[in-house]
Amino acid sequence: MLVYALKRTFVAFLILIVVSGLTFSLSHLSTDPALTIGGENASDEDIEAIRILYGFDRPVYEQYFSWLGRALQGDFGESYHYKAPVVEMISGRIGTTMTLGVAAILFALIVSIPLGTVAAMRPNSLIDRFALLIAVLGQALPTFWFALMMIIVFGVWWRWLPISGNTTWAHFVMPTIALGYYATPALMRLTRAGMIEVLASDYIRTARAKGLSPTSILFKHALRNAIIPVVALAAVWFGFMLGGSIVIETIFNLKGIGWLSYDALLRSDLPVVQAIVLIFASFYVVLTLSADLLNAYLDPRISVR
Amino acid sequence: MTDASPSSQPSLRIAEEILEPSPMAKLRRRIFKNYSFLIGAFILVLIVSIALLAPVLEASGWIQDPYAQDLSKRLNNPFWHEKKFDADHILGTDKVGRDYLSRLVYGAQISLLIGFSTMIISGFIGTVLGVSAGYFGGRIDMVVNFIINTRLAMPVFLVAMAAVVAFGASLLVVIMVLGLFLWDRFAVVMRSITMQARDLDYVKAARALGCSTPYIIVREIFPNVLSSLTVVATVEMANAILLEAALSFLGFGVQAPTPSWGLMLNEGREYMFFSAWLLALPGGCLFLLVLAINLFGDGLRDVALERER
Repeated sequence: MLVYALKRTFVAFLILIVVSGLTFSLSHLSTDPALTIGGENASDEDIEAIRILYGFDRPVYEQYFSWLGRALQGDFGESYHYKAPVVEMISGRIGTTMTLGVAAILFALIVSIPLGTVAAMRPNSLIDRFALLIAVLGQALPTFWFALMMIIVFGVWWRWLPISGNTTWAHFVMPTIALGYYATPALMRLTRAGMIEVLASDYIRTARAKGLSPTSILFKHALRNAIIPVVALAAVWFGFMLGGSIVIETIFNLKGIGWLSYDALLRSDLPVVQAIVLIFASFYVVLTLSADLLNAYLDPRISVR
Repeated sequence: MTDASPSSQPSLRIAEEILEPSPMAKLRRRIFKNYSFLIGAFILVLIVSIALLAPVLEASGWIQDPYAQDLSKRLNNPFWHEKKFDADHILGTDKVGRDYLSRLVYGAQISLLIGFSTMIISGFIGTVLGVSAGYFGGRIDMVVNFIINTRLAMPVFLVAMAAVVAFGASLLVVIMVLGLFLWDRFAVVMRSITMQARDLDYVKAARALGCSTPYIIVREIFPNVLSSLTVVATVEMANAILLEAALSFLGFGVQAPTPSWGLMLNEGREYMFFSAWLLALPGGCLFLLVLAINLFGDGLRDVALERER
């Protein structure tokens, strides 16, 4: 188990290095950061001076390793545009994105688990078909368009909710729904499939034969087992949601790191983009690594393979 | 012997087999029983034919030039509004007076072109990686697995935006970037199916007969993965269409004046408070197209899975 855990952690670390190396070369090979820093009025000599000062005259791989060395010590450099440390810019905003991400995944679970459970209790009933319809429609609904339509209906026509900013909890309602509904179809289908399988199993029949109450069977025996893969999938979706937060935060003017990455890309602010790519990638890698290790702990056969 | 079931008598079993519908008839019956497949295919055929016939429709006067501006007719309302409606533009005009209906029709071309080209590129990369990992296993499998995991760890949307910034925004760049990113599902699915197919008896037989590896992969393995490949292709096509729309909406995709639905949503955004239809129409088209592809794909999976049983 220990060897397996070490091996997996090493691979995860290697993945992060490759991901950051790829983004680094992608952005540094094609744009000239010296022009961005110098601005429009800089003379050729200024640009040349900036190039030497920031080390852009060195080969890309050399620049990458010096960036990586500092990044490992928690120093992600300085924003070209705002001239502020990237770490400070991100730490001030990551709370907003995390709040949005956690709220969205909770929203998705709160909708999909009851709906999936009820659908599984009566397969092919009216309510099962209704749940399927919601899943099919939800999967095709473009997130950003759904967000815009909510703004028009609930923000402009009915004036129920604020449409921009992040000062109160009410500002998070529409972004949460817009980001969360997208995970709902997948989670609901998994809950339904898991529940149907569990409800047909021997130990549920035994529980019924013992004369336990249907509620106790459903919640204590069935749901508890069916829900494990759903929670694992939700963890993976949480990683995807960070990516989706770019569009949602931009639309609702929620100034988290999704919004920051959009802003930084508009300004070719490479250090900021670079750091956010690494943060998003780390989230994904850590979430999947923990899921793998948890699986290996629960099922020792995995680590022997 | 009290077994009364008629099939137990050999002569009757043969009679049943003769009377049974042919495999093609069975397939037809499954397709026509599958409403999801039928509805999806119907909408999809409709959208694809409108998109392909757009130049013909324009030439025969059904729709107008999607690029022709008329500043005297800016932001005309569509037909369900009484005020500021012009019978020449039944779905209204945009902020520079271009006919909204023809832009929507040509927008279908852009979405389908991006969805289809992306699917071909990513399908090729993913299939090559997945099939070779699944067939050869061992070191190759390990390397491919690492590539897949690295790709999965990359935040697609953010890296796609960065790539568009790096190479300049255009239709070709968007297609290339999405094509080079969206192969992960192809690779994962192809890998696991090839692994199962590798151990089938007739594949082992082909190997024992001394068939070459390329021959086995193309003639024995590939027909096995084909149905799953089609299903993944529909999923990825829908995915690519949604991603392009989101990229263009943020200004990191197809550039003006190309009539892309995502770009139309971007352009309509500043008028959303008074002319909500500017957003409702292109978004609705996007929704309908993705819904049709998903229904078609779901139906295809059911039809294909039932055959395998």
